[in-house]
Amino acid sequence: MAYSDISRSISELIESHGIPKREVYLDNENSGQIIPEALKAMEDAYRWSGRGHPSITHLMGWISYQALYEATLRITSAINCSPEEIIYTHSGTEANNLAITGSALSSPNKRKILVSSIEHLSVVFPAERLEKQGFKVIKIPVNKDGFVNLDFISKHVDRETLIVSVAVVNHEIGTIQDVEAVRDTVRDKNKDVLIHTDACDALGKIPLDMKKLDVDLASFSSHKIYGPKGVGALYVKEGVRLEPIIHGQLSTQKLWPGVENVPGIIGFSKAVEYMHNNFKENVLRMIKLRDRLINGILERVDHAMLNGPFGEKRAPDNVNISFLYCEGEALTVELSLNGIYVSSGSACTSRVLEPSHVLLAIGRRHEEAHGSLLMKVTPFHVLEDIEYVLDVLPDAVKRLRSISPVKPLKQVR
Amino acid sequence: MSSRVPLTYGKKVIELFRSPKNLGKIDNADAEALAGSLACGDMIAIYLKIDETNGKIVDAKFESYGCAANIAAASILTEMIKGKSLQDAWKVSWKEVSDELGGLPSVKYHCGVLAVGALRRAIRDYYADKPKPDWLPQELTREEKQALEEEKLMEILSRRAQKSSAN
Repeated sequence: MAYSDISRSISELIESHGIPKREVYLDNENSGQIIPEALKAMEDAYRWSGRGHPSITHLMGWISYQALYEATLRITSAINCSPEEIIYTHSGTEANNLAITGSALSSPNKRKILVSSIEHLSVVFPAERLEKQGFKVIKIPVNKDGFVNLDFISKHVDRETLIVSVAVVNHEIGTIQDVEAVRDTVRDKNKDVLIHTDACDALGKIPLDMKKLDVDLASFSSHKIYGPKGVGALYVKEGVRLEPIIHGQLSTQKLWPGVENVPGIIGFSKAVEYMHNNFKENVLRMIKLRDRLINGILERVDHAMLNGPFGEKRAPDNVNISFLYCEGEALTVELSLNGIYVSSGSACTSRVLEPSHVLLAIGRRHEEAHGSLLMKVTPFHVLEDIEYVLDVLPDAVKRLRSISPVKPLKQVR
Repeated sequence: MSSRVPLTYGKKVIELFRSPKNLGKIDNADAEALAGSLACGDMIAIYLKIDETNGKIVDAKFESYGCAANIAAASILTEMIKGKSLQDAWKVSWKEVSDELGGLPSVKYHCGVLAVGALRRAIRDYYADKPKPDWLPQELTREEKQALEEEKLMEILSRRAQKSSAN
């Protein structure tokens, strides 16, 4: 299809879909809204303080540098690390790529990489690419709730091991991993192994203190905490050596050349600040909404199962439920027609034939993964939003099940 | 080839998804078939009522487990073949199904293929205990093979996933 055809067809599609009367946006895994304070700060920065290039020696450069530095301090005071330890990228994906590939380039003699089997694809794919170049990549198995097997890690970490990567919070099923235990297990075997953690889904959602966590590398993403898109960061502990994976004109940072997105970074820092300053009430609010949504769905829909752990080991925003006999992509479209925006682990919502590797790794069957919905509540949702979803979702599932040639053997109600 | 992979539908897909035509089973269907599997997240059942005197399809219905494109493809196919002779219905290609839907994105071509695969299986089912007409090829067509391959592939993947998660 030519580009012009696509653009025409998408206009028709949107028109035919129509704008629903009521809307509830729950696809905060993939992106979402921006905190108004962050947007305002960005707008100001675009107009003034973020206009210049922070590495250039004139007034606008210095003003930009100052704005960048202040933004960094907002972030580092929230996560307890020093400003020199933060490298900005343009996404969490880039931060993960830099961590994995940058460490491989810096220590080419260590050839073994361990990543958990439920990592984000921006960790899995760079590792698999290195595998093609002769690195040994080992996927750490997880149990049914997504917790990594520490004995497995202990067994496989050796002198050859370069890096171990396990996310603090899993992006799909919300498992809050005991990264400190992972770190200790690894260092017991070899204290030189780099510990990387993808903290994109942890920032602002669970307590995060880099001194206490004491890992070597940690990735962050702005839009995951309701900051602007196009900003990510990698925490690189002082003394840890990485090689850049992209090259170009040096900016204020050697590891990620190219002009810093100063207005975006300012927006990101404001989002971090907001989530940090309102941490407790935000988290309590999200947990209340999350549990209402999970319990409401499991009460009202048969053949539905929660993916990931129940309770306090689950990220406060994460709801991931599989509906048997109901295909997830169709469900996202059906819900969209009702103004509810969610995503699915079904193969059909993505561009590959395989459903979510995370759901398969925790032992879900293909059909369970195909029928999964991922929803993330925010501190900005209200209970009425959740009640609306609970009103609409059971009928949506029912309609799709009525279309399917395979139906539940026994309907409980 | 565009460097971006669009994942959009024509408005026909949304219309048929919202209000599918010919949805449901036909009791005492003269022919029926199922293609795909739960594991591949894609399954289409086709039911046909056939006038034995002239070999024409008098009614066609479908059931579908799958994405919006899958449901729309099965629905439009049943619309396209109603009133056709079995021989003409056999000739309907997945490309025509896609065109009729306003063009499916490339990652959704297999939805059209699966619908046509299910239809051809149903037509073979009709002739299972009857003399085969000349136009009915003995060998499986591409669409039927692809349905079969998808079913086999997902069976293997599914089994492999079960095995690795059991460890």
